[in-house]
Amino acid sequence: MPSRTSSWFSSPTEAVTRLGDVGYLADDSTALTTYLAGALEKPVLIEGPAGVGKTELAKAITRATGAELVRLQCYEGLDEARALYEWNYKKQLLRIQAAGDGQAWEETHDDIFSEEFLLTRPLLTAIRRSEPTVLLIDEVDKTDVEVEGLLLEVLSDFQVTIPELGTMASTRRPLVVLTSNATRELSEALKRRCLYLHLDYPDADREREIVLSQVPGLDDKVARQLVAVVGRLRELELKKSPSIAESVDWARTLIALEITDLSDKAVADTLGVVLKHSSDVDRAVRELRLKR
Amino acid sequence: MTLLDRHIEFLEALRGAGLPVSLSEGLDAVTALGLIGWNDRTQVKEAYAATLVKRANQRATFDGLFELYFPRMVGSGVDADAEAAGVAKDGPEALAEFTSRLAEALEADDVELLRQLAAEAVARFGAMPGRGPGLSSWSSYTALRRLSTDELTARLIEGLQQGGWTEEEAARVGTRRVDRFSGLVEADARRRIAEEKGPEQIAKIAVRPTIEKLDFLHARRTDLEALRREIYPLARRLATRLTQEHHARRRGAVDLRRTLRSSMSTGGVPVDLRFRPKRPHRTELVILCDVSGSVSNFATFTLMLVFALREQFGKVRAFTFVDEIHEVTSYFRPGADLVDTMTELTKATEHAARMGRTNYGRAFSLFQERHADALGPKSSLLILGDARSNYSDLAVDSLRAMADSARHSYWLNPEVRTQWDAGDSEATRYGSIIEMRECRNLTQLSEFVHDLA
Repeated sequence: MPSRTSSWFSSPTEAVTRLGDVGYLADDSTALTTYLAGALEKPVLIEGPAGVGKTELAKAITRATGAELVRLQCYEGLDEARALYEWNYKKQLLRIQAAGDGQAWEETHDDIFSEEFLLTRPLLTAIRRSEPTVLLIDEVDKTDVEVEGLLLEVLSDFQVTIPELGTMASTRRPLVVLTSNATRELSEALKRRCLYLHLDYPDADREREIVLSQVPGLDDKVARQLVAVVGRLRELELKKSPSIAESVDWARTLIALEITDLSDKAVADTLGVVLKHSSDVDRAVRELRLKR
Repeated sequence: MTLLDRHIEFLEALRGAGLPVSLSEGLDAVTALGLIGWNDRTQVKEAYAATLVKRANQRATFDGLFELYFPRMVGSGVDADAEAAGVAKDGPEALAEFTSRLAEALEADDVELLRQLAAEAVARFGAMPGRGPGLSSWSSYTALRRLSTDELTARLIEGLQQGGWTEEEAARVGTRRVDRFSGLVEADARRRIAEEKGPEQIAKIAVRPTIEKLDFLHARRTDLEALRREIYPLARRLATRLTQEHHARRRGAVDLRRTLRSSMSTGGVPVDLRFRPKRPHRTELVILCDVSGSVSNFATFTLMLVFALREQFGKVRAFTFVDEIHEVTSYFRPGADLVDTMTELTKATEHAARMGRTNYGRAFSLFQERHADALGPKSSLLILGDARSNYSDLAVDSLRAMADSARHSYWLNPEVRTQWDAGDSEATRYGSIIEMRECRNLTQLSEFVHDLA
């Protein structure tokens, strides 16, 4: 099995460097899981709070390996026709009408169920590509249970059977990344087929690096203060703890407002960027002893 | 013992702790380890985690077991040369010398050094030689008591304050560092016991249940905080699940009028059936909670969860009682802070107590007297409590009247079913009027709340 690993990553350390080159600072477990996903050709299921870089990881892998990203955004009511493939009915109808009376039914039949009339959706697209592909199945917890069944089939064999065309197997397995916010418990069967990675809030040093790399021009001192305050906020019992996305937003706000020192007043004035519930803001003001 | 045996034992231990590790996942782990090798312990651990642990809340259990089966080191961890050179292993000077080294390390926050010191602490001050077979010979408790962690914390906080930290910050960081050191000492003691007796012995005792399976009645203070943090995510998960299920059942009966109207366009053939939208059915809820000592945690958690899900219910009214009855609905404001609400609720307990001895009968009679109008044909009655009424009058008739006026009624009991009817518990007598269910942990509670909504 490890014969085809060359196209992804050759070791966890290499994964760290290559992801770092494209601007994704991965920690050890992220790098290891990414490496294993490529080496074992297994899908990775990434869970974690919103805004810690789940989707971003898939994009970073794509950039780092020069692959192409095929994205399937999941939502309630997603079905096979949107996820896998669909026949282009309108075009088929046109074809039948254009054929006129001269053509026999058999011919028309063979003709309208050919590649030309097939609309491939993300899953089938990813399977049929012969170049390196990263398949991102985003927010898989939003789908209905039936779609999970479909994913099971596709993700275990990487092949799809279309009755009119036969079975299509992948020539080159895509690297599959599934993300979930854990609003719903996924089935054991799906989890069993995946590697699992829980992305959590990073430690202070890593977060500072991330903020600095995402927001050029931010003063190191301010970044340090910002990360410290965010870390403190995460310790409070808030409805929505700030994640990396919020830290980065905050840093951008500080740049825009030309704040060069994160004093208590500055924190109090810009807290709305980080906390999205009014009760959370109240609690933070109280616990951090800010004056409003 | 070969590596494979250890691997299989580890998987067995994980299964024993409630992680659903399948055969194929075990094989994945072996393949992954074949790729990355056994040179780096953290990588081995992460590879195991990526292939075997599929739920974030199981990670703590996994970490605990991994430390037991693949320990960081083997042996005592104390420098053998120092011992040979005649440095006293234990004694007042040794203790003073060690404490000062530890204080320095804590102030510098050197994780690696602290880990070594933890091992040394257990080796020097945590040994309990000469205990009978079957008793553990290492104790983190003894070691930590000898080192007097309270003094250490005070010293550390003082040191940090001199280093320019504010008082509050120093206290917070100081306590956290000492707590982490205590954790390291406990882990090292476990490691030593596991080394002597085999990991499977200690795996059964040392691993705590995940927060979802934790008994409300046995929760420690830190557990309560963890539980409270769980409420909001749990409520969100439940709400999503409920909305999805409501959507799935949204279609009502066939709407004949609209079906006929739309069949006009297809020449009178009803191709598309039209359906009446289903009216969402919302339960009105009346909750009565016993908030006396032992069961108050359970009651407040249930209340918080129900109010976090308020959109799913039509109307919620909540009452607390010990031997008085007190309405607490007004404490729950939409969007209010959980911690504040909890504190206010605890404060409000005194309104619910007159003599301070739980009296279910009195509470039910008073409810019938003052709030009987709260229950109607649309409302569900939910009673939370252990049915321990200090041998007082049970007021069975009042309860029966309440159950009759409500549409549905349920009783949640946080005690293990085997303890029902023991002592002053009146579970059966009350249970004959209102169906009584066991509800000991978050999993059972969320299942019940889901069925209710």
